[in-house]
Amino acid sequence: MFKIIKREEMAEGTVILNEIEAPLIAKKAKPGQFVILKAYEEGERIPLTMAETDPEKGTITIIYMVVGKSTAYFRDMKVGDSYQDIIGPLGKPTHIEKVGTVVCVGGGTGVAVLHPITRAMKEAGNHVICIIGARNKDLLILEDKMREASHDLRICTDDGSYGRKGFVTEELKDILESQKVDQAVAIGPVPMMKFVSRLTKEYGVPTLVSLNPIMVDGTGMCGGCRVTVGGETKFACVDGPEFDGHKVDYDELMMRLQAYVEEEKACYNDYCRLSEKG
Amino acid sequence: MAAKKERIQRVPMPEQDPDVRKRNFQEVPLGYSVEQAQAEASRCLQCRKPSCVEGCPVQVDIPGFINLITKGDFTGAIRNLWAKNALPAVCGRVCPQEIQCEGRCVVGKKDKPVAIGNLERFCADYERMHGSGELPPKEEPTGKKVAVVGSGPSGLTVAGDLILKGHSVTVLEAFHKPGGVLVYGIPEFRLPKDIVAHEVNFLERLGVEVRCNQVVGRTVSVDELFEEGYDAVYLGVGAGLPRFLNIPGENLVGILSANEYLTRANLMKAYKFPEVDTPIPRGTDVVVLGAGNVAMDSARTAMRMGAERVRIVYRRSREEMPARAAEIHHAEEEGIEFFLLTNPIRYIGDDNGRVKAMECLKMELGEPDESGRRRPVPIEGSEFILETDLVIVAVGSGANPLLTQTTSDMQLNKWGYIVADPETGKTTKKGVWAGGDIVTGAATVILAMGAGRKAADSIHKYLTWGW
Repeated sequence: MFKIIKREEMAEGTVILNEIEAPLIAKKAKPGQFVILKAYEEGERIPLTMAETDPEKGTITIIYMVVGKSTAYFRDMKVGDSYQDIIGPLGKPTHIEKVGTVVCVGGGTGVAVLHPITRAMKEAGNHVICIIGARNKDLLILEDKMREASHDLRICTDDGSYGRKGFVTEELKDILESQKVDQAVAIGPVPMMKFVSRLTKEYGVPTLVSLNPIMVDGTGMCGGCRVTVGGETKFACVDGPEFDGHKVDYDELMMRLQAYVEEEKACYNDYCRLSEKG
Repeated sequence: MAAKKERIQRVPMPEQDPDVRKRNFQEVPLGYSVEQAQAEASRCLQCRKPSCVEGCPVQVDIPGFINLITKGDFTGAIRNLWAKNALPAVCGRVCPQEIQCEGRCVVGKKDKPVAIGNLERFCADYERMHGSGELPPKEEPTGKKVAVVGSGPSGLTVAGDLILKGHSVTVLEAFHKPGGVLVYGIPEFRLPKDIVAHEVNFLERLGVEVRCNQVVGRTVSVDELFEEGYDAVYLGVGAGLPRFLNIPGENLVGILSANEYLTRANLMKAYKFPEVDTPIPRGTDVVVLGAGNVAMDSARTAMRMGAERVRIVYRRSREEMPARAAEIHHAEEEGIEFFLLTNPIRYIGDDNGRVKAMECLKMELGEPDESGRRRPVPIEGSEFILETDLVIVAVGSGANPLLTQTTSDMQLNKWGYIVADPETGKTTKKGVWAGGDIVTGAATVILAMGAGRKAADSIHKYLTWGW
């Protein structure tokens, strides 16, 4: 059992942070790796990239958006409750090295995943510029932490309620126009990663993206997480989750993410109805 | 004497009616009653040099346990089985007996062979339902610690053998439930999961520690297991990397590996969705590619999930189908259709990226290939479209590199499988043994168990004598 020792709500309760006791995973995990969590016997196995690990304390932190029944159930667990099963760390860690100037672009809960990578990039001696975005000010997460992890933090909101009004790609374009960038890292919704990659490709800036496709086992066994990268099929769980952003087939990924959309909706609505009654 | 025995016909296994069972997940064969088991057991000639035993990868004393059934000593019979086989309830259900023990049975030369598998299953089920639960005797503790990586058939065999020899055994399983392919791969209607749980529990009662959620190679490395104080490590992690056909359109929604489809259905119990949270695609017109046991399991699962039509598409002919005879027979009884000598060349999707059809080629058999089977050759101009809304790819699996990549000094062959001595299971890394699919490539439960048995003997020698 994996006990929740800290819980926070962010972005008006749509995003939840859980710090969980998982000493073996905490000892091994590196930035960019993920875990698979299952809350209870009949639960689904949910892959989430870790936002933080504390090997001393033996804990891992996940930050997730409530999007369906499983994440709604996660949200409803309290401090002291436990996840029945967590496996990890899975996937390959982010390749961190000193390259010069790195731009880290994060959207939605992708910012949570981007945070340890940003910090590691800075610690490796890079000059790190960070762009984080959200629909509006209240949905923005981890602003302080991202400011600390980077040299220069830029904020964008779709409605202009905070920072620059507009998409992260607009801010990125300005940066790419004005200075030499050696690497980009983009983590967030698939369309964001797609458009960031399209832009950085124009400027010839190598770009890492972190993908979160549907998967079951996370160890290379099911092939549910296959993505096309550079015309080849890759398994995100063992070959990724990070790939060369210029080579990913994002449209296929978006289609594959819709595979169970009807089932998920029905399941989530049932859960919400039951929760309201209960 | 022999002539008299031959007059008794092989006792058929009572089964659920095909029309009923094809829509439920309950076990298909119902098992022998005591009377049926004893009648079948009486057909055994008790050969002095039993060739059936030679046909068994773990050398079960077949005439011995059958003789105990005829005497009504069912406890004696299960103890006899346990001496050679830690998982009789499993083997009785899933072994390809027709090419092993029963294939060698002398009675089978003129008549149908003795139903050794059914009798083995009877003993295990009788013990589970009516037995005393008394454990077999264990040797004195040796103080040696063994880590078994993977809780599939070979790992459980190693664990069972070594715990009885007095060693301390920890089994590390990556999934949240132990059993490996027995829980994620083989469906409930062929091997009920409470039987697997019972077999694992039997090992736990003997003192085996089972730790789930341990991805060796990620959570902990093999070298770290030695640092933690293990004296020997057995790797039985399975093959596990699903193969696809690598033809255009394979990443459309509605095309799954059999591994994924069966793991959803079996391990995650997705056939009960929405009672459980894991969904599974439901097709009305399902195609399964391949004709092995995994293909049959997938096809029969799809039928139980409510498909109107399920087709096995296979590029060779009926004779080359690798599935166990009983599985093919059961599949046909349940209305699964066989599209033989047919090879898909591309998938066709709709506007939402979901599969709606496959383009196929008709094949004919040419000269034998390196596998000794006649090579299927495409017939020119024979392209045709086959409509489908769910495709399950069951064309085998390759070596999963997750563990082997992170293990130093261990030799792999060109396909990524671990190189291990076929007699002992020893790898090139000191103190590490391997067996089952990660050595041989995808094979059967019993062959994996046979490899486990040999490795356990070798590990025991190593722990006792240091070699």
